[in-house]
Amino acid sequence: MSTQLSTPTDRQSAEALARSKGEPNWLVELRGEAAELAGTIGWPKPEKVRIERWNLTAVGSYEQPTAVKAISELPEIVRELVSEGTENLLVQRNSGSVWKQLSTGLANKGVIFTDLETACKEHGELVQKYLFQAIAKDEDKLTALNAALWNGGVFVYVPKNVEVELPLQAILYNDNSESTFAPHILIVADSHSRVTYVDCVVSEPGTAAAPFVHPSIVEVFVKPGAHVRFGSIHSMGETGVDMTIRRAIIENDGQMEWIIGDLNDGNTLSDTKSILKGQGSTSDAKVISVGKNAQQNSLTTQAVHFGKNSDSNMVTRAVMKDSASAIINGITKIEHGATKANGVQTEKVLMLSPKARGDANPILLIDEDDVTAGHAASVGQVNPEQVYYLMSRGISKQDAERLIIYGFLAPVVSEIPVEAVRGQLQRLLERKLEG
Amino acid sequence: MATHFVIDGLKAAIDGKEILKGINLEIKGGEIHAIMGPNGTGKSTLASALMGHPKYEVTEGSAQLNGEDLLEMEVDERARAGLFLAMQYPSEIPGVTNSDFLRSALNARREEGNEISLIKFIRQMEGKMKELEMNPEFAHRYLNEGFSGGEKKRNEILQMMLLDPKIVVLDEIDSGLDIDALRIVSNGVNAMRSEERGFLIITHYQRLLNYIKPDYVHVMMQGRIVKSGGPELAERLENEGYDWVKEELGIVDETVGQA
Ligand SMILES: Nc1ncnc2c1ncn2[C@@H]1O[C@H](COP(=O)(O)OP(=O)(O)OP(=O)(O)O)[C@@H](O)[C@H]1O
Ligand SMILES: [Mg+2]
Repeated sequence: MSTQLSTPTDRQSAEALARSKGEPNWLVELRGEAAELAGTIGWPKPEKVRIERWNLTAVGSYEQPTAVKAISELPEIVRELVSEGTENLLVQRNSGSVWKQLSTGLANKGVIFTDLETACKEHGELVQKYLFQAIAKDEDKLTALNAALWNGGVFVYVPKNVEVELPLQAILYNDNSESTFAPHILIVADSHSRVTYVDCVVSEPGTAAAPFVHPSIVEVFVKPGAHVRFGSIHSMGETGVDMTIRRAIIENDGQMEWIIGDLNDGNTLSDTKSILKGQGSTSDAKVISVGKNAQQNSLTTQAVHFGKNSDSNMVTRAVMKDSASAIINGITKIEHGATKANGVQTEKVLMLSPKARGDANPILLIDEDDVTAGHAASVGQVNPEQVYYLMSRGISKQDAERLIIYGFLAPVVSEIPVEAVRGQLQRLLERKLEG
Repeated sequence: MATHFVIDGLKAAIDGKEILKGINLEIKGGEIHAIMGPNGTGKSTLASALMGHPKYEVTEGSAQLNGEDLLEMEVDERARAGLFLAMQYPSEIPGVTNSDFLRSALNARREEGNEISLIKFIRQMEGKMKELEMNPEFAHRYLNEGFSGGEKKRNEILQMMLLDPKIVVLDEIDSGLDIDALRIVSNGVNAMRSEERGFLIITHYQRLLNYIKPDYVHVMMQGRIVKSGGPELAERLENEGYDWVKEELGIVDETVGQA
């Protein structure tokens, strides 16, 4: 059974574990500090969701990973997610990486795509420059916990002017609730580079059947003129608590695209933020979520504009079944001096049952006059007039509702630029909606 | 079997208020019936009650299509049994493309595993769209979303043509249509005229009936059919209005609202 302390780690054990894994001193120190912090600071406090009532302490203990020799050795839940013919794939099982592969073409161009633990050893200086720079490890207990315990993880580095055509794919899965499953994903796209990264986070319902927590952090650095597309689908089982914080820092003329599918069956905290630091930087975030049973979801997207002429767009669409709830926060913040910035956001919730709950909170915080900003939000149920119209053409009630629900999500799903992500999302979406 | 549609003593209420007060009407395959009548007299209510709109409660009567009582069926079953209603105000369904919708509607009439092939479907849809002089892009637009009034009506007729119903109810199909569209839509309807199919056309204007020649014309007031005749009745109404009918029947307020 996992420890049930209010803080599931401490300086000594975090440092000891780091040393036993042969981590560099700077990292051992970082972990020790973070573990101590984790004991003193509080959990994040999202609007209207009391996450401290969730089971947040089941972080488990470190499990030594065993690499597989071929993709065919991976379980079905992973294999079905592997993009056909991919040469760039990384797989994390529980506490560590078990498979990694990068095409020689990309390696020759200087692209790094490996697990973050390995990167800390082999590219320590580079990693140290960025790790916990987009998000502070002392922001809250969650960031501190991730800093103290993160394992496996992903590191992507794309050198200046290099364009990575095909998506880099990671699959992170949990098949043992007793193991610590705390990835940290770090992406650095150097000036004028271009990369698409997609991942899936899943769990094996049979063996990850006890409560577990997935405290996860994503940091993305978009250097001047670079373009990063980040697609992520989370589809963990009911017993998992997903807490994922994503941050991007976007420099001059950099472009960031987030595509997030929050399709877990367990409680989910998902917070995705772009910091538009540079002039002419842009960010586009698309989030969809489906909730079922008594699942609680706190879904936040944020855009903070510092750069002149920066542009952000955020769209969240959530479908809530049964007694599931979604609290959706959109925060567009335009700082003083960010002239000609433009920020728009839309949040919509469709509730499929009278017990489902949805709440959309659009917030605009604007400290500059010369800007444009807009928001739209709605919470509603399937419109019976629409169901009637479709049924009057012979379509069954069930199919009519299905069409309307998929139609509701379509503006996000159909816009997904990466074929592979779109396909996976559609499949996992169907599974969750029909299930 | 030739189509035979019989509405018998149909009464319907909305929010507890009786709107239809006993409608009797018989339509045989090949016939075209027109219903005219002032605003608020129950014409759309009749159409909605037949189709099974959830807000309308049928309190009495029956509507038999070839011996089957439609009123016992769910909305989708009525459609599959052969009833089609081109609505006065078609719904907009965001995110669902017109072609996905049409294909679902066609497949709903087929056995599972025997769905229409994509190629065949596209060929059929494009053929009908061409007949209706619709821009092919309407196949990919979201269903009725942002369609103009006339575009929605044309889209209703497209559905009718693809679904091949036995009884067609057109509720003010002519409203919002420009002169060319009126001709195109009427041609579409006339092309569907057959011994297998009956039509019930609700309209305010004789103009439509110049294009689609009715066999019978009925006047609706106070939730009842108060007068029936041939095409000449529509012409007289167009020229003289409804006052003479009211006078003849001693009706002061023709709407169902206050009755
Ligand atoms: N949803 C509703 N709630 C309350 N009253 C309704 C509703 N639907 C219809 N009615 C009333 O029923 C009466 C008949 O309406 P109906 O739409 O059938 O008229 P109509 O003959 O089709 O009129 P029009 O020619 O204007 O289309 C009207 O008085 C109308 O206000
Ligand atoms: Mg009407």
